[in-house]
Amino acid sequence: MPQADPPGPRAEPRTGAVARLLAGPEQRSLEDHLSQHGPPPFADIGRGGTDTAALITAVERAGLTGRGGAGFPAGRKMRAVTEAARHGGPFRSQTGTVVIANGAESEPASAKDRRLLSHAPHLVLDGIVLAAEAVGATRAYLCVHGGPEMLRDLREAVVSRERAGLSRVPVQVVSVPAGYVTSQETALVGLLNGTGARPSFVPPRPAQRGVQRHPTLVLNVETLACVALIARHGPAWFRELGTPAAPGSALFTISGAVTRPGVYELALGSTIGRALEEAGGPAEPPQAVLAGGYFGGWLPLPAARRAQLTDQSLRTSGAALGPGVLVVLPQSSCPLAEMARVTSYLASQSAGQCGPCRNGLPALADALGHVAFGRPGEDLLRWTDQLLGLVSGRGACHLPDGTAGLVASALAAFSDDVRQHARHGPCGRAARPPVLPLPEPPPVSPVAVPSPGGTP
Amino acid sequence: MSADERGGMSGDERGGMRAGKHGRMSAGGRGRRNRNQPRELRVNPVACQAHGVCIELLPELISADPWGYPVIAPGPVPPALIPLAERAANSCPTLALLLMSPD
Repeated sequence: MPQADPPGPRAEPRTGAVARLLAGPEQRSLEDHLSQHGPPPFADIGRGGTDTAALITAVERAGLTGRGGAGFPAGRKMRAVTEAARHGGPFRSQTGTVVIANGAESEPASAKDRRLLSHAPHLVLDGIVLAAEAVGATRAYLCVHGGPEMLRDLREAVVSRERAGLSRVPVQVVSVPAGYVTSQETALVGLLNGTGARPSFVPPRPAQRGVQRHPTLVLNVETLACVALIARHGPAWFRELGTPAAPGSALFTISGAVTRPGVYELALGSTIGRALEEAGGPAEPPQAVLAGGYFGGWLPLPAARRAQLTDQSLRTSGAALGPGVLVVLPQSSCPLAEMARVTSYLASQSAGQCGPCRNGLPALADALGHVAFGRPGEDLLRWTDQLLGLVSGRGACHLPDGTAGLVASALAAFSDDVRQHARHGPCGRAARPPVLPLPEPPPVSPVAVPSPGGTP
Repeated sequence: MSADERGGMSGDERGGMRAGKHGRMSAGGRGRRNRNQPRELRVNPVACQAHGVCIELLPELISADPWGYPVIAPGPVPPALIPLAERAANSCPTLALLLMSPD
């Protein structure tokens, strides 16, 4: 495993389980939040000044990267929004920018955004207001997938802040329709613009022109909670955890064949082995871990135990940090059957806008079905490879690329299984209950069921 | 006839492409630009309806996938082909083919 971090003069960064975002007991009320974290330093970043740009510099110095999956530097995104607002082109909006907090985690194996929003909703709301001040936003949206209860709780949280005078911008809590791609950032912009929660072609990126043409900052809710912590404690504090290249902590959803599945906060740079210990260790003999969710990749165990939880390190091994998802696949499961199910799910999640995705993903799902449940011959495997190349990079969003990357990593990591299936047909393990989670209820045909007497 | 009437792309989108920092572009190469600047072809996959016009007009750089959608050869457009690339971009019925400066 390549070491991402050169030895620095500073104290050795700490790794392992930590409690920053998930510090203390649940802080659902504003009072609990303020006693846990103290008041948010609104417009006070430059020590008493109103130099809001100082927060962007602090976020850049902290080296905070997006926690929603793509891992883009958060400070650079914030700066892009302020620059777009300053030097916009001929279609520039008159005034103001917009902040979208993305808490609509669509990754079926991820639960960390929901956990964060129930553990520390006000930390996220602090981050929204601080980021809004920094980029000159005049309104903000908190987008979530969630039941009426979650929406009610979050709206109450917003109202309680307005009453306490902690609300510097109006924050609207928005319910995002179900679906894997509806929480993609351009899809959220589409949702708020009334054109539908579907990804759109970039450019323009939301930072250039998003909600009602305003430069729009879209950050994951965990990223914004980190912004709220950096605003309070500074970039040096943030870097006390993690590695120089991947500073700070992150939330991880660990599931599959572990004793205590759940959401854990770990310093970046911790090993996968350490993360799995945190989740109680293997519940049965493991064969591989899926790192990064369904846009990530497979790492065979036990070798992967030494892999570092940083995007750079995981990408060199063919996986990704993604939104902090780790799923342990037990030896008793057929990885190809699991992949056939997941590929079929991902294909069902295509918005159907882009031809290569609309046609290619079902074809890929079909091919994976044959690999898992048929007897994959040379022709089929060649066609599968060809499909991987045909869908990659040819959609408005990364659904085709992510799916192709996941399938490619599975075919590499489980090449022995592919050979076994080619020789002997489907294995007995295919009948095991699935380990990789799919959303409930399971995906069905996207054809709308007409309701009797309902509107068309 | 405006580009809007020709379909495919809203005024909004075109505006963003001109204004966008990530690639000043013009659908089909209209507008002021430096002739020597490297340019590349991109397909807006949402707008593309697989009419196949670009595949007919620019087989040097564009081929069809199994479903008839264009696959663009990677890299910048060779200078000698830029006029043909402009023609292909201008001829796309949905203005989905874009000739733009690389990011």
